[in-house]
Amino acid sequence: MKTENTDLHLNDPDEIFEDARQYMNIGPSHPATHGTLRVMVRLNGETIEKSISEMGYLHRGKEKIAEHNTYHKFIPHTDRMNYCSSLMNNVAYVMAVEKVLQIEVPERTKYIRTICCEIARVIDHLICLGIGAVDLGAFSFFLYGFHQREEAYTVIEKLCGARLTTSYTRVGGLAMPPPDDFFLALKKWLDTFEPVFNEMDNLLTENKIFKDRTIGIGAFTKEQAMAYSFTGPCARASNINIDLRRDQPESGLVYDKVDFEVPLGKNGDVYDRYLVRMEEVRQSVRILRQLSEKCPKTGPIWCDDKRVVIPEKERVYNSMEAMIHHFKFFMEGFDVPPGEAYTAVEGPNGELGFYIVSRGGPMPWRLRVRAPSFYMYQSLDPMIKGQKIADLVASLGSINIIAGELDR
Amino acid sequence: MTETANANAKLNEKYDAHVARLQELLGATVIKVERDRQNVPIVWVKRDQVVAALRCAKDTNGLEYHFLSDLTAYDDVDGVDEGQGRFVVVYQLYSPQSKTRLRIKTRAEDGQGVPTATVVWEAANWAEREVFDLMGVKFDGHPDLRRILLDVRWQGHPLRKDYHWRKYQLFNDPEPIPEHLLKEGL
Repeated sequence: MKTENTDLHLNDPDEIFEDARQYMNIGPSHPATHGTLRVMVRLNGETIEKSISEMGYLHRGKEKIAEHNTYHKFIPHTDRMNYCSSLMNNVAYVMAVEKVLQIEVPERTKYIRTICCEIARVIDHLICLGIGAVDLGAFSFFLYGFHQREEAYTVIEKLCGARLTTSYTRVGGLAMPPPDDFFLALKKWLDTFEPVFNEMDNLLTENKIFKDRTIGIGAFTKEQAMAYSFTGPCARASNINIDLRRDQPESGLVYDKVDFEVPLGKNGDVYDRYLVRMEEVRQSVRILRQLSEKCPKTGPIWCDDKRVVIPEKERVYNSMEAMIHHFKFFMEGFDVPPGEAYTAVEGPNGELGFYIVSRGGPMPWRLRVRAPSFYMYQSLDPMIKGQKIADLVASLGSINIIAGELDR
Repeated sequence: MTETANANAKLNEKYDAHVARLQELLGATVIKVERDRQNVPIVWVKRDQVVAALRCAKDTNGLEYHFLSDLTAYDDVDGVDEGQGRFVVVYQLYSPQSKTRLRIKTRAEDGQGVPTATVVWEAANWAEREVFDLMGVKFDGHPDLRRILLDVRWQGHPLRKDYHWRKYQLFNDPEPIPEHLLKEGL
């Protein structure tokens, strides 16, 4: 509908009707933003013409904090980055420090760490799938998933005593060995989880409304995904065959000892990302079953390197020397020789990397966290351009932005 | 143990070949080559040639470092890594074909601009904004070099070594909205 007056909109062929353009602000606190994110959009009718993503609302300066704390003191901070999969962050961080120190951990520790990673992947995917579905109106799918996620947290609680902020790993080992009944609890959870997950699959995957809302939405081609440094499930949904679990067998985890497949999508839209994540959860369950069979039930969990091993509590309480050692260890930390390393693991969202530059001494000179969310979030603008405002929510849910990891 | 040693030896061969190829193609652009604690090559290049080096690593057959894993910087205020310039900008590249990593580094003095990598990878956009925000390194030719994590009114760059870590800055009213950005392209 065009007006014949000489008004502002006369020379604008894209204007669908008079005064159709408006600006809308979503966030920073909005249920569909999954954290404190802000998206400002210019709408033409309901179509998004341009968007600006803003972040930094949860910026706590973790990288600066790391430069002023010993290597051990930073472990609890890693929980607060991707708080949906804190076990994974713990593992990735201590592995990065171990790479700079060039120490090797025992086989049993490697197995337990890999189990940690896979449990973290399952709960992170359950959050992403569940919240992505609830944004599109599928509430029961979300509740089924969240119930199972709580059960997974109970398993994690058995492992390390905490549910959300685990701080389970230590440089050169683990905080404590898993209790005897941990593997039984894990197996029990996997046995109940699998049928529930199949039920979830039946509820949503072939649902007509869900498919209509997600197929062809937020599509990213292979080339675009490469240019925007997509990693993890979103890259695989865009048909990029990359998975650091399979591609880095020498990384310090034991993925080379288990069988699993890497699912690939075709179109890179929201539906493909959903399917890839669903399949990855199944593969993770498969990996967890194999690992709980193969994991050595006894044996050391600490490395041989005396520099980083925390003195045993038994000795600390009963001998003066050990107590002094304990105090020195925790007050002053251990020296890391000069050098640098970049360690990446396959996190639930993609490549989770820690780049540590050491100049000697107990604190890093520079610690950089390569957060997958950071690179994903920047693709939101090209992803939603030309689509409807309701598709923004679907796209944002599918790339799984975790604000704690995004802002650090 | 031997398995890991074999895998590492194979990886090392690849690294050697890649470094040799890069040095051959780039010539005098490469200042020096180092290895990190995991034997990953670190290639120091001249500041004005950094885009050429990145393109070379990305597009050359046999190298194919298609992924910009990360772009960051650190403050080399003591000059421990020898060279001219206070800041070291670090590009982490990953090749999905050969499954190897490569680190390209370049140096910049305070106030000097580094050529933007957004012409090679779009992903460098926000990463460069973050480096600018926290470290104060400028990028020449960047499409939209604004602060990203901190408030636009923030003074200083917190990841510099001379910035005290408890130097908070509080703002009582919200950050102004960059409205002109939304109006662009109308």
